[in-house]
Amino acid sequence: MKKTYKVDVDCANCAAKMEAAVKETAGVKDASLSFMTLKLKVEFEDGADVDAVMKQALANCRKVEDDCEIFL
Amino acid sequence: MNQKQKRTLYRIIISFTALVVITLICRLVDLPVLVQAILYLIPYLIIGYDILRKAWKGIRNHQVFDENFLMAVATVGAFLLGEYTEGSAVMLFYQIGELFQSVAVGKSRQNIAALMDIRPDYANLFVDGEIRKVDPDDVEIGSVIVVNPGEKIPIDGTVIEGRTSLDTSALTGESVPREAAEGDQVISGCISMTGVIQVRTSREFGESTVSKILDLVENSSMKKARAENFITRFARYYTPAVCYGALALAVLPPLFLLLTGTVGWSQLWPVWSDWITRALTFLVISCPCALVISIPLSFFGGIGCASSKGILVKGSNYLEALADTKYVVFDKTGTLTKGVFEVTGIYPAQGFDEAGLLKAAAYAESASGHPISLSLQKAYGEKIELSRVKEIEELAGHGVKANVDGKTVLAGNAKLMDAEQITYPSSGQEGTVVYVAADSCYAGCIVISDVIKPTAQKAIQALKNCGVKRTVMLTGDSKAVAQKVADELGLDEERSELLPADKVAEVERLLAQKSGKERLAFVGDGINDAPVLSRADVGIAMGALGSDAAIEAADIVLMDDDPAKIALAMKISVKTLRIVRQNIVFALAVKAVCLVLGALGMAGMWLAIFADVGVMVLAVLNATRALRIRADE
Repeated sequence: MKKTYKVDVDCANCAAKMEAAVKETAGVKDASLSFMTLKLKVEFEDGADVDAVMKQALANCRKVEDDCEIFL
Repeated sequence: MNQKQKRTLYRIIISFTALVVITLICRLVDLPVLVQAILYLIPYLIIGYDILRKAWKGIRNHQVFDENFLMAVATVGAFLLGEYTEGSAVMLFYQIGELFQSVAVGKSRQNIAALMDIRPDYANLFVDGEIRKVDPDDVEIGSVIVVNPGEKIPIDGTVIEGRTSLDTSALTGESVPREAAEGDQVISGCISMTGVIQVRTSREFGESTVSKILDLVENSSMKKARAENFITRFARYYTPAVCYGALALAVLPPLFLLLTGTVGWSQLWPVWSDWITRALTFLVISCPCALVISIPLSFFGGIGCASSKGILVKGSNYLEALADTKYVVFDKTGTLTKGVFEVTGIYPAQGFDEAGLLKAAAYAESASGHPISLSLQKAYGEKIELSRVKEIEELAGHGVKANVDGKTVLAGNAKLMDAEQITYPSSGQEGTVVYVAADSCYAGCIVISDVIKPTAQKAIQALKNCGVKRTVMLTGDSKAVAQKVADELGLDEERSELLPADKVAEVERLLAQKSGKERLAFVGDGINDAPVLSRADVGIAMGALGSDAAIEAADIVLMDDDPAKIALAMKISVKTLRIVRQNIVFALAVKAVCLVLGALGMAGMWLAIFADVGVMVLAVLNATRALRIRADE
């Protein structure tokens, strides 16, 4: 399953780090973040609990870039 | 400017004023060093507290090497060395640069959004004789909506009342308006210009053309180009490498000087502090942001520019691949030719005239919906009085037999003539030939063929000018037709009488031929060539206005039927990549030079700031050029 989220982040490098952080979250198959459109596209693994996974993903992002937001 | 940017601006102004005042005070009054340091901390903390906080959090989260860390170390280091003005100013200018970048990126985001401003805000829903403004999402299939002049059609549907001219330029880049009247299909995203129309919706908003296009364009930056991935990977190794480099610069040379006895213990501190300053300068120079921001921005600009011209690119990677395209393979029908049959020749036999021949054929074929029959009726042009045609008999695989005005008219292929034992001269024409006989007497023949698109020849020439090595046409049509089209257009190669599976095999043969870096593009109309579209390096579908299949299968979608757009897309791609390369080379070169100067102690903090934010701003400005690539260049 795929879902798209709006995000807020200030710099392109931070966006790249966020993308990597989301990718490494358990339950995420693949993720892509576009700094230009400020959109995050996440592909979940089968049977993943989307809400829980995204909460974890946001927590992971906060770790690499404090000043970021994913609008869940 | 948004709220966040405004707040940064206020902080910059306050901090700058404070810095100027404090510098003046320190010049005029002889204050103790500690007091000076505390005074300078005021502007420094106003402007830099968030950077310090972020750097601290980064360290706590084991994400040490980011730019906040670099800035924090550089400025705190400057303070410890007693360079208070320097430390505050560096932080101040860093924030100014960041603000500038943020505003520039926001601006280009808006520009690109404006280019693709086709999202309708509302729909005029017509219920019980009343018009209500509603969200397009709330309109159900089969509802009636009203579109006034100047409004966008919000949802795909069929016109049930009224007529208007439609401005399709937002979708196709084509400025000539299209006419739409009762019974015509209309596509969301077009702007009704002249009249009020009522439309019965045939899709939900989410499934409408405009939603699909917006979705596609917005997602296009998700598929990243090699250059983008390269930069991301590069930054991952580069930042730690620079940090260790700076550390080495701060420690190793003084240590070396000490061990070799060049510098004694007593002079160590002045020498060492010099090397630490160099290391800090080194850190400021090294911020990778110029690269990381400008590459995706260039691609996004290129994609935005293309979509304003009716070329939808599904990802930066395809835009990148297009620049290396050396082989272009075309489908014939619907791509190079119009895909509609037209009467291209009328050859009456002795004793018959052209008009009479065409009329007889059109009447005989009047009951059929076959494309050939339709083209005959279209060429005839006048209304057919059905009462004059009787006893219509379709002879499958042969043609038709009918009684027109009391005469027995036969219209069909050579087999029909043979079966009815009518002698006829061989036409020797390419295309489809309809032989006509009246009362068992040969009346002449009409040649129907597909017509080459008016821009096709120019399009092929333009591709050659763009550096395409080989143009190939694949078709299921006969050899003679294929040969004629290929000669007329100046194609390098043509393959005829192919089944859809053969087309895949042909493309694979060509793929095997080309060398490593070269790319192959396949251009089709999206009808039954989906396998080939996906097999090619770059699949280009054209004439996609309203065709879902094409939007799904292709990598690049041309919204109108114009093959000349392929060369335009290539030009945009080449220019975008040129800008990308300029930015990579420029940023890396300036950084490399400044890093060397910094290490040698020849670059101060000011040069370092230029190397960081100055380069970034220039790279961003250069990237926005990709938005403004013009068609005629």
